[in-house]
Amino acid sequence: MKQGSSTALKMMSGAGFVFLYAPIIALIVYSFNDSKLVTVWGGWSLKWYVELFSNEQIMSAAWASLKIAFISATLASVLGTLAGFVLSRMRKFVGKAMLSGWVTAPLVMPEVITGLSLLLLFVFLENVFGWPAGRGLLTVVIAHTTFCLAYVAVVVQSRLASLDETLEEAAMDLGAKPASLFFLITLPLISPAIIAGWLLAFTLSLDDLVIASFVSGPGNSTLPMVIFSKVRLGVTPEVNALATLMIVAVSMAVIAAIVIMHRQSRYNDKNNH
Amino acid sequence: MSAFPNISTVQTQSVPSWRQQDAKPFVQIDQITKQFGQFTAVNSVSLDIYRNELFCLLGGSGSGKSTLLRMLAGFEEPTSGRILIDGVDMTGIPPWERPVNMMFQSYALFPHLSVEANVAFGLKREGVKSAEVKARVSDILDMVKLGHLAKRKPHMLSGGQRQRVALARSLVKRPKLLLLDEPLGALDKKLREETQFELMRLQEELGITFVVVTHDQEEAMTLATRIGVMNNGDIIQTAEPHEVYEYPKSRFVAEFIGNVNLFDGVVVEDERDSVSIQSPDLDAYLQVDHGISCAPNQEVSVAIRPEKIRISREPMDIEVNGATGVICDVAYMGSQSVFKVRLASGKYLRITQPNVSREMGSRLTWEDAVYLSWDADSCVVLVS
Ligand SMILES: Nc1ncnc2c1ncn2[C@@H]1O[C@H](COP(=O)(O)OP(=O)(O)OP(=O)(O)O)[C@@H](O)[C@H]1O
Ligand SMILES: [Mg+2]
Repeated sequence: MKQGSSTALKMMSGAGFVFLYAPIIALIVYSFNDSKLVTVWGGWSLKWYVELFSNEQIMSAAWASLKIAFISATLASVLGTLAGFVLSRMRKFVGKAMLSGWVTAPLVMPEVITGLSLLLLFVFLENVFGWPAGRGLLTVVIAHTTFCLAYVAVVVQSRLASLDETLEEAAMDLGAKPASLFFLITLPLISPAIIAGWLLAFTLSLDDLVIASFVSGPGNSTLPMVIFSKVRLGVTPEVNALATLMIVAVSMAVIAAIVIMHRQSRYNDKNNH
Repeated sequence: MSAFPNISTVQTQSVPSWRQQDAKPFVQIDQITKQFGQFTAVNSVSLDIYRNELFCLLGGSGSGKSTLLRMLAGFEEPTSGRILIDGVDMTGIPPWERPVNMMFQSYALFPHLSVEANVAFGLKREGVKSAEVKARVSDILDMVKLGHLAKRKPHMLSGGQRQRVALARSLVKRPKLLLLDEPLGALDKKLREETQFELMRLQEELGITFVVVTHDQEEAMTLATRIGVMNNGDIIQTAEPHEVYEYPKSRFVAEFIGNVNLFDGVVVEDERDSVSIQSPDLDAYLQVDHGISCAPNQEVSVAIRPEKIRISREPMDIEVNGATGVICDVAYMGSQSVFKVRLASGKYLRITQPNVSREMGSRLTWEDAVYLSWDADSCVVLVS
């Protein structure tokens, strides 16, 4: 009986994994396909990768995406850390609940709405203040920072909530003023959460198609936008190669984030005798 | 007494400051109250602590000890009242500016810093020069016998070692006042006793005033110059350890510290130097020496410590302060034996006797009919 149910369970989870990962594996395998036709296997080859790296349009889009992801993840980490800190450490103040709602709203907001509203905001700002002039890398960075901030804030806030408060009291007791308390004690203790938040923000930004489509200007396509427009003209093996590289990059970032969080929680368990 | 003329001189070299009338207290706690919402955790406590004292706050769980300590350290703002340390009003002074250090119950060592860096943290905040920081850190680590572990991170230490790091970290700044919240809670009995003596040695050597929170009455007795007994947010008695034990002021203190036999009764005769009390549990009157102000017919309790009752199979004078009974339980504890004796009224008394002889044969045992008696100056009358 028990044997049977556990086999059934294994089969079901196996089916689930196949369902989730078979397309990805197929994509990776076909990126090494020698044939020009995506659906016909013509033997192993790296030629699409060579082609990819010599494609100006893709390379410049990739470079733009990496820049955007790096800058907005960094900005989001700084702002998200501050927001998470305020949310978990400040005593109750008027509007605290509202602030926490606002910070986390982008997590559940449909991307189309976020994208559209940001576009409207940018147009409005340009009309009234003349800034940001036009749409391009800057507007994408601002937009990505906004929604990535929410993720960082949530990660940091949950880390702060589990942080032993007596550590901060002990530091104050030993003469640490609020600034040195933050930089010497709190920040090092929550840094793994911030790094994990940064990695998360980086992959989210690298990944984003919808919001970027709304707020980026002409000639400033991000990588997902280029892929999407290429795919509409038909899937080429080149796109498979590009997607494979992105999968590798994103999964490495996610694995790094998981490992960092895991190490941190183990370390904490050891310390709380 | 005359055979050992030195014994009493040891303690009377100098009169401790809390017994002097005009001594200036080092810490003055003035009518301090702390409320959390509707709940009063500390209720209008006033307390003076003198320089070089090792003051113990003793009380049950939730009695407000930690809250009082945290107000001294500056982590909690009192709802009302004020605290003066060395004459300076601490109201509104943040923790990092108080001449106070605290050793936390959970040690609160910084997990990302080495032992050395943990201890150096406070000195660096003070702006002490790095050469001096180094010297002072290594001195204090040697003192707590952790010099060889200076480079380790806290999670690589045993519980006892962590506790010593925490102690070193709080001592290295040479605070005027050191607060210790259950410093020995996590240690085994042997390490605990060693550390108790270590603490007393350090306190004498460094001349720092200690306030120690504990719920272990034996620990308080061993360590303290004075004990403050807390219950429900009040300090109900402040006195030297022997005084708390021998002259408890209330039933709570008598029962909380050590074991005690309590008789409820009414005052039948109130003379100038003694009181007679009749208790339904005893045939004989209880006669108590010291003049306690009470009126005839007042209801009181009388407390007698177990070791102050004589017990014998031979008849004794039990006209007052005595009883007869039957032994119904004996516990042999090595240095002493504990007897549970049932009186005719059905009340049980606890009596301890030192095991002077090694012979078992002559000892009192189960079902022995015994006479009990005690002295008029061994009893304490409690009116609350
Ligand atoms: N921040 C707080 N908010 C609300 N109630 C609190 C808070 N801190 C303490 N209390 C309450 O105040 C009372 C006294 O707490 P305190 O920590 O001073 O007790 P304690 O004497 O140290 O007990 P223990 O021996 O268990 O440590 C407790 O009933 C506790 O629930
Ligand atoms: Mg406590």
